Amino acid sequence: MSEKRLDLLYTEVEQELRASVRSLLEDKSPPSAVLARVEGDQVTDTALWKELAGIGVAGLPVPEELGGAGASLRESAVVAEELGRSVAPVPFLGSAVLATAALLEAGAGDDVAALASGEAVGALAVPLATPPGAAFPEAVRAEDGALSGTVTGVVDAVAADVLVVPAAGPEGPGLYVVEAAAARVTPVVTLDLTRPLAEVAFDGSAARRVASGAAAQEALRRALVTGAALLSAEQLGVAEWALDTTVAYAKTRHQFGRPIGSFQAVKHRLADLWVAISQARAVVRSAASAAATARQDPGDAEAAREAEVNAALAQAFVSGVAVKAAEEAVQLHGGIGFTWEHPAHLFLKRAKSDSIALGTADRHRLALGRLVDLPAAGSD
Amino acid sequence: MTTAPAGASLDAPALRRRVAALVETHDPATTDQREFLAARFDAGLAWVHFPEGEGGLGAPRALQAVVDQEFERLGFVPTGREGLVIGLGMAAPTILAFGTPEQRARYLKPLYTGEEVWCQLFSEPGAGSDLAALGTRAVRDGDTWVVNGQKVWTSLAHRADFAILVTRTDPDVPKHKGMTYFVCDMSAEGVDVRPLRQLTGEAEFNEVYLTDVRIPDSQRLGAEGEGWRVAQTTLMNERVAIGGHPEPREGGLIAVAAHIWRTRPELRTPGLHDALLRLWVEAEAARLTKERLRQQLAVGQPGPEGSAAKFAFSRLNQEISGLELELLGEEGLLYDDWTFRRPEGVSLAARSPGFHYLRSKGNSIEGGTSEILRNIIAERVLGLPGEIRVDKDVAWKDLPK
Repeated sequence: MSEKRLDLLYTEVEQELRASVRSLLEDKSPPSAVLARVEGDQVTDTALWKELAGIGVAGLPVPEELGGAGASLRESAVVAEELGRSVAPVPFLGSAVLATAALLEAGAGDDVAALASGEAVGALAVPLATPPGAAFPEAVRAEDGALSGTVTGVVDAVAADVLVVPAAGPEGPGLYVVEAAAARVTPVVTLDLTRPLAEVAFDGSAARRVASGAAAQEALRRALVTGAALLSAEQLGVAEWALDTTVAYAKTRHQFGRPIGSFQAVKHRLADLWVAISQARAVVRSAASAAATARQDPGDAEAAREAEVNAALAQAFVSGVAVKAAEEAVQLHGGIGFTWEHPAHLFLKRAKSDSIALGTADRHRLALGRLVDLPAAGSD
Repeated sequence: MTTAPAGASLDAPALRRRVAALVETHDPATTDQREFLAARFDAGLAWVHFPEGEGGLGAPRALQAVVDQEFERLGFVPTGREGLVIGLGMAAPTILAFGTPEQRARYLKPLYTGEEVWCQLFSEPGAGSDLAALGTRAVRDGDTWVVNGQKVWTSLAHRADFAILVTRTDPDVPKHKGMTYFVCDMSAEGVDVRPLRQLTGEAEFNEVYLTDVRIPDSQRLGAEGEGWRVAQTTLMNERVAIGGHPEPREGGLIAVAAHIWRTRPELRTPGLHDALLRLWVEAEAARLTKERLRQQLAVGQPGPEGSAAKFAFSRLNQEISGLELELLGEEGLLYDDWTFRRPEGVSLAARSPGFHYLRSKGNSIEGGTSEILRNIIAERVLGLPGEIRVDKDVAWKDLPK
């Protein structure tokens, strides 16, 4: 099996980016602020998103000539880690990852600039649970430049100005750009308090086609693969917060006259978690590097395949690690971990939702089975 | 001979030039391996971080990988060194850290060239994870020490010329304080090596009985009573070896299971498919983790992840080999050979799936049990408080045994 050597470390530039994102998030969006915000009317923190966009976060993998930072998906992944670590309610996944990737892959560079600068927020109109290998959606029909139909569970649609919509028409599949104002966006109540989803309904909404046929299918598939890779980075950040916070608590919380972290029943579980997170970090770096390599040279079929294998691997592995870490955080905090007041539940809800977003681990394992020739039972 | 003064620039290009100079005068194709290794030792290219004259150049440790890769590129990869793991990996760094100039001059070079084989006399029937509880007694008699006791799980003892040995010299103080560390001549009178049959049927290891073995005081490593500190240095070097090369995807045992799956469609069931894919994912995650650690070492930034690598691989080997047996069904009921014999190294590929399953049970016990490794990760990496100790201030002789 031929796989390219990928850089699994963090560069100095990436670490500097991490430091500035983290310091901004710690300052503007500490867990207490997130907790207060999710009970308000507007969950998405648009002011914070503007500030993050101000340091380039919204357009990292976008070429400079299209108004981006000209960095790569590796840098995006570092930002995703930090956003996971803070469960900040900003439209990074919907706008800067999914919608931007779909537009870039579709060759619709002109539509990217507004998203890359943070002036506008975008969303990719597919259910968030869609795995990369899913059939091209047919929930929305395109007819004479207008869209009709309903898409459920669209991430960041609530805050979106622009929607990127896969739709089926008489000429086959197409990818369309629609002003959000031309659609009816209805928020739904979500398990993850920090990531709003909405139902998006089109009723003859005016749309502009940016890709059609196989190009539209490929652009959507690649956008979802990129999304899966970067979502795993966010999951890593969630897991890291859970471990760090729980280790700190286990050092200070005393029961039976000693810190609970001195009991092997507790410390062995934290050691297991640390091992799993160390592995997750390698897997996430590999997925980010493979995604960046594939983006650099869209014509390289082998690079595209490696990006798919690594993204599926990352989702299959890191989803479970993040859920486990968040569940352990709740359990090992004891009573306080079960309260609304303690932020652990925000991370539990994010971790569990992330494990379903862009395909469950099981679906990604099945995808891997196809990609690496380990076919299902009943096939020859 | 390249003998640049200490402090001369020792960067990667400089080391590559030294390698080239050595290969120039000692053609690997025509020079005897031991002779070549002796020249490499003299040139300071055995362990570049060791001092000059003792196999090194006083260079940063991270540059060793550069030297190894360069020798390999030029076609010199020493062979048949599997029997030297204890000497190279554990005895050498300990002798370097605690040996006298005479000891370093006597032992390091033949250890490196492979002329002398080493083994490790540490574990005892009553001292496994709790190594500091060991009871092999060494009693001073003038210029020599008289040693009595039993050691266990000693690989290579039947081939070894020397052993690193930890003994109890003062039973009246707490266990960590009364130990002393020696180099033991394995041909000395009173050293009795017996094969130890393990649950696979064969004997990779030995029991070593020491009866009135006399060890000259000149073979003591470190001060009397300092044995625990010396042993810590040895054990710090007992870790998963990280090679200079990336491992390919689907290396190791998962390749065996994947091959069975691809070539035997009649064995496939949905449950086994899921189990195989789960383990494939975990094996790939473990491989990437090791690769990341290798990249960290290559740029001189070792991380604590090394302590997790062995732990992760032992569980993975056990689960994959268990699946392999289930996958094979009826064939999984068979075993290749229960003969009690001493194998030449461990070659998993050459043995049956039943052997894979049974041998891998040792992986989570040898070189630190998984439970001890979890304690180490929790306490040293995560900084969690240690266990409450009940044996710290009790004289060794008064501990329950």
